[in-house]
Amino acid sequence: MTAQAPIAAPPKERTLIAHSRTRRAFPLWSWLWFILGALYFILPLYATLDFSLHMERGVIGLKAYGAAFSDPEFARTFGYSVFLAAVTIIVSVLLVVPTAYWIRLRLPEARRLVEFITLLPFVIPAIILVFGMIRIYSSPVEIPFTSIRLLAPLTTSKLGTNALIVAGYVVLGLPYMYRSVDTGMRTVDVRTLTEAAQSLGANWLTIMSRVILPNLRTALLSGALLTFAIVLGEVVLASYLGLPTFGPYLFLLGQHRAYEPAALTFTTFLLTWAAMGIIQLITGGQGQVAGAH
Amino acid sequence: MAPSAVSAPRVKRPASGWRAWLGVVPFFLFAILFLILPSVKLFVGSFADNQGNFTFKNLLQLFTEPSILNAYWLSIRISAVTAIGGGIFGFLLAYSVTIGGLPKALRSLLITFSGVASNFAGVPLAFAFVATLGRTGFVTALMKNVFHLSIYDTGFNLYSFVGLSFTYMYFQFPLMVLIMAPALDGLKREWREAAENLGASRTQYWLQIALPVLLPSILGSMILLFGNAFGAYATAYALTGGALPIVTIQIGAQIRGDVLHNPGLGYAMAMGMVFIMAVSLAGYSWLQGRTERWLR
Repeated sequence: MTAQAPIAAPPKERTLIAHSRTRRAFPLWSWLWFILGALYFILPLYATLDFSLHMERGVIGLKAYGAAFSDPEFARTFGYSVFLAAVTIIVSVLLVVPTAYWIRLRLPEARRLVEFITLLPFVIPAIILVFGMIRIYSSPVEIPFTSIRLLAPLTTSKLGTNALIVAGYVVLGLPYMYRSVDTGMRTVDVRTLTEAAQSLGANWLTIMSRVILPNLRTALLSGALLTFAIVLGEVVLASYLGLPTFGPYLFLLGQHRAYEPAALTFTTFLLTWAAMGIIQLITGGQGQVAGAH
Repeated sequence: MAPSAVSAPRVKRPASGWRAWLGVVPFFLFAILFLILPSVKLFVGSFADNQGNFTFKNLLQLFTEPSILNAYWLSIRISAVTAIGGGIFGFLLAYSVTIGGLPKALRSLLITFSGVASNFAGVPLAFAFVATLGRTGFVTALMKNVFHLSIYDTGFNLYSFVGLSFTYMYFQFPLMVLIMAPALDGLKREWREAAENLGASRTQYWLQIALPVLLPSILGSMILLFGNAFGAYATAYALTGGALPIVTIQIGAQIRGDVLHNPGLGYAMAMGMVFIMAVSLAGYSWLQGRTERWLR
């Protein structure tokens, strides 16, 4: 087989030729599966778009989008979700980057434990997480076996609930953020960079902010976008903690409206698409998977 | 934490001392407060009766209470169906764009789309499927107009087990594509060539070489898909409004108001779920480890 393959052709070309000789010239089945898959992907989106454009009888128009976007409640909840996403991203970067860096540089023996912890959110779904959080933080946090109060109940104050939901979102995004950052650190070789910076007299703060973070921008951006996508569509934490974010808003809107939710659904899809597209573009890799299913 | 240690000279040693662990204290503190403690609370609670005394009763009751058994059984069935269905379909799709002979451009298109679709879930996904397969949905109408077939008369219902399975498939098979595409890339051309040189047919190559090599990866991914569907909540709630009492929805009801009239039983139910998720993740990583012997 290899002997017969054209010598001048680049390797990829050769694979194709070698394959086409062993199977039918036209990959019928492959096309069939692909078209089926494409239909499965596209039909729900097309149906949503089509529906959202028909708010006025007999006219194709963007009326549903206008109506959806002009609802002040939309602006409020969407803005709130974006705000929570931003805070979540900042907190998880502050939490994950120094930890991953420290483990690579100084504490390789903690790697397995930390990786295990970052995988826990896969085992503990959002509904369980919020269950536990509510049960722990709806009463004051005390030092065990004493009545010394460390923390007032978080779920009764606005600030406390916000802190709780951000913490929850950081947990949900942890597997993706950690993996993204850790892979980023492997590819840029943080140890050598750190040693180079140290030998030039940089202190730790300079190393972090001017050497490590800029070199991780691809990893950070992809982790951030994924976190953004998770937070934007998230419903479970928000509705059980009773916070007016975009997810519960969309759900409630769906209870008594038809066209506006379709318009917002399609918009959400475009946003997810944009986030994933950018990740794909900057990492050139396989893309990542998250989910607030 | 220990101010006296700060003044000590910084010595680089191969083995990191306890001071090196200070660097990861914020991470562990966070993990303990918002991940470990909530889980431990549920765990401990599942062993306590209404008076706070230790008991195994809650765990045993999981297997006798019909509503809980039904919820688990429903969740298991829906997760298994969508994991196997999504797994097979995702595998075929991944096959078609990797070694199936489709143009290379389609591959990156499919991978990107899979990345999006596997993240497109929850309320928007449910709404999209209502617009597609609901009573007045696009496909429903299409079937009626083109084929004069009313799919709701044939017994189909979007707000049922079948409908929810179709909806879950939207994030299930893309996940399979994302996991299987690299695995299929790992099949070495030399294996196929060696098989062909020894006179093996295409079927023999697939049955005796490719599939055995891929099998742990396929099974592992399906287990991951199972867990993926098992933990889902928002999609099911938005689609059926709680009419299909899967485990996550039952737990949700328990959080809102003690519908089981026994907090400990609610905790036990949550722990049962964590247990199933943990088993599926462990199964996945074990099988993934076996795959890497060959594919890498």
